Amino acid sequence: MNDVGSLAHLSDLYRQMFLIRRLEEEAARAYATGKIGGFLHLYIGQEAVGVGACAAMQKDDYVITTYRDHGLALAKGMSPRALMAELYGKKTGCSQGLGGSMHLFDEAHHMLGGYGIVGGHIPVAAGVAFANKYKGNGRVTLCFFGDGAVSIQGFHEGISLAALWKLPIVFVCENNEYSMGTPLSRTLSVEDVSLKATGYGIPHDRFFAADVLEVEQRLGAAIERARKESMPSLIEVRTYRFRGHSMSDPGKYRTAAELEEHKKRDPLLLTRGKLEAAGEKERLADLEAQVEKEIQDAIEFAEQSPDPDPSILEQTTYSGPFAY
Amino acid sequence: MLEEMERDDRVFLMGEEVGFYNGAYKVSEGLLERFGEKRVIDTPIAEGGFAGIGVGAAIVGLRPIIEFMTWNFSAVAFDQILNNAAKMRQMSGGQLKCPIVFRGPNASAKQVGSQHSHAMEHFYATIPGLKVVAPAFPADAKGLLKAAIRDDDPVLVMESETLYSVKGEVPDDLDTIPLGVARRVREGTDCTIVAYSRMTHVALEAAAALEKDGISVDIVDLRSLRPLDEDSLVDSVRRTHHCVVVHEGWPYGGVGAEISDRVQRLAFDDLDGPVLRVTSLDVPMPYNAKLEELVIPHSDRVVAAVKRALNR
Repeated sequence: MNDVGSLAHLSDLYRQMFLIRRLEEEAARAYATGKIGGFLHLYIGQEAVGVGACAAMQKDDYVITTYRDHGLALAKGMSPRALMAELYGKKTGCSQGLGGSMHLFDEAHHMLGGYGIVGGHIPVAAGVAFANKYKGNGRVTLCFFGDGAVSIQGFHEGISLAALWKLPIVFVCENNEYSMGTPLSRTLSVEDVSLKATGYGIPHDRFFAADVLEVEQRLGAAIERARKESMPSLIEVRTYRFRGHSMSDPGKYRTAAELEEHKKRDPLLLTRGKLEAAGEKERLADLEAQVEKEIQDAIEFAEQSPDPDPSILEQTTYSGPFAY
Repeated sequence: MLEEMERDDRVFLMGEEVGFYNGAYKVSEGLLERFGEKRVIDTPIAEGGFAGIGVGAAIVGLRPIIEFMTWNFSAVAFDQILNNAAKMRQMSGGQLKCPIVFRGPNASAKQVGSQHSHAMEHFYATIPGLKVVAPAFPADAKGLLKAAIRDDDPVLVMESETLYSVKGEVPDDLDTIPLGVARRVREGTDCTIVAYSRMTHVALEAAAALEKDGISVDIVDLRSLRPLDEDSLVDSVRRTHHCVVVHEGWPYGGVGAEISDRVQRLAFDDLDGPVLRVTSLDVPMPYNAKLEELVIPHSDRVVAAVKRALNR
């Protein structure tokens, strides 16, 4: 287990959060210049959730998430190169340029994907947990989704079955207060998502992701419960995205004052402040410089990488044949 | 299923009533007793949920068999099959595979009404990434299912409630029957009938009637809809120069339209007339027995279509 009290640990978490923040900012820039296409859903503001969660997991544990998947992929160990190249649609991307922003997969790091249909991956996550229990390998699955997924069938059926069969899984609702542009108050009759757990008879927790260490500890408790007792949990982590739902969303449904208020509680800056106060200025400067280099390297790598060859299409579909 | 579950402990069966009830149609009779609750798993009524669980288990190395009590109910799991099972390999850039079998009875039964009579294969066979088989005979059902379980891609096995009682020779040493290979179940010279699943039996019935009128019919039982055995189709049409396709399900689009397209493209010079189709009528299935009979393809409609094809 990590020594959660140590400055070395905190600065490592900060480095990961900073890496996500910076990569997302550069992704937004590349999107604006047309180098990245399609949809782009940024994780800016929510970094403490993914980073805290992965810090509490063991290497062999699995994560599976939504289309807002960049942060979690990096936190689980995907290289910035593989991620950026995927956003650029290049052959060297984690999914060989076939998945794009919404479908980041990294089997080696047990990152089992970003999924584009809201809630559709929740039963899949339960299936991964089912397989781990079947094999008895002690691995835990973390399934992430937004508050927007709570109203759809996959949420209910996935959690209901996981609870029925006591699967080793933690359901993490990243509640960023908006289901695209619609606030929670207009999508859920009961805004406390964690209360849904009582209907399934599983433990729940609910907290603000202000402090990455708190995320680590509180998700850690649920992860241990999954590992030791094979008891699923529903954890609602309240967070806030600083950007729109996707790049095409100017976020007009919320006020500038609301956004500013949340930015004052930016978990990334709070962590930075803590490290500074602890006299870690030099270490911060070093790691930030390092991250900048890594990001730069990832961008260059993505720019220079080749597009995937058309021959890849059939072999990544099935063993054929194909209609024409 | 029993043989494959004995052969490979990654294989498990999951679905409604598959365990303690021994299967809604007794297909899984005795499996719970043999393999226990770990591998024969009763589910609540939650097709979207357990289809997704199957997909999740498949991408991390198990080989699930997911039973739908009928394929009609797969409509609420369509998202899992279309968006997850079929695309996992592609979305992950080839990192993940999804070796899963979805199976259950398909198409019409007897007077079960519009929501329980769908020929779902037409929806699924159009999706790249999926394989779809629809056997007509017991030996094919066994051999194709075994092949499906061992396949590394998602395979959908379309059974038929009305065929569960059909008896037939199954060789003791039958192992797998390869996916994508049709079988000529009747040799003839005048017209090709292409069919699968229960309609193969209807085609055989029609062929017997046509024989009395001196018309000799060649029947190609597709067995697999995707992959589709184009060569067998073309081979038969080259000999008969006429082709009639028979299937349940609606005439707009679908497997029959696909076959018609291939036959006219690949065997155009050998055809002496247009490819005709005999399908369910273009309406939801009615409950009334006589109207249902009218809507579902029967041998008399097949006979008429063959005669029309031959201008007789």
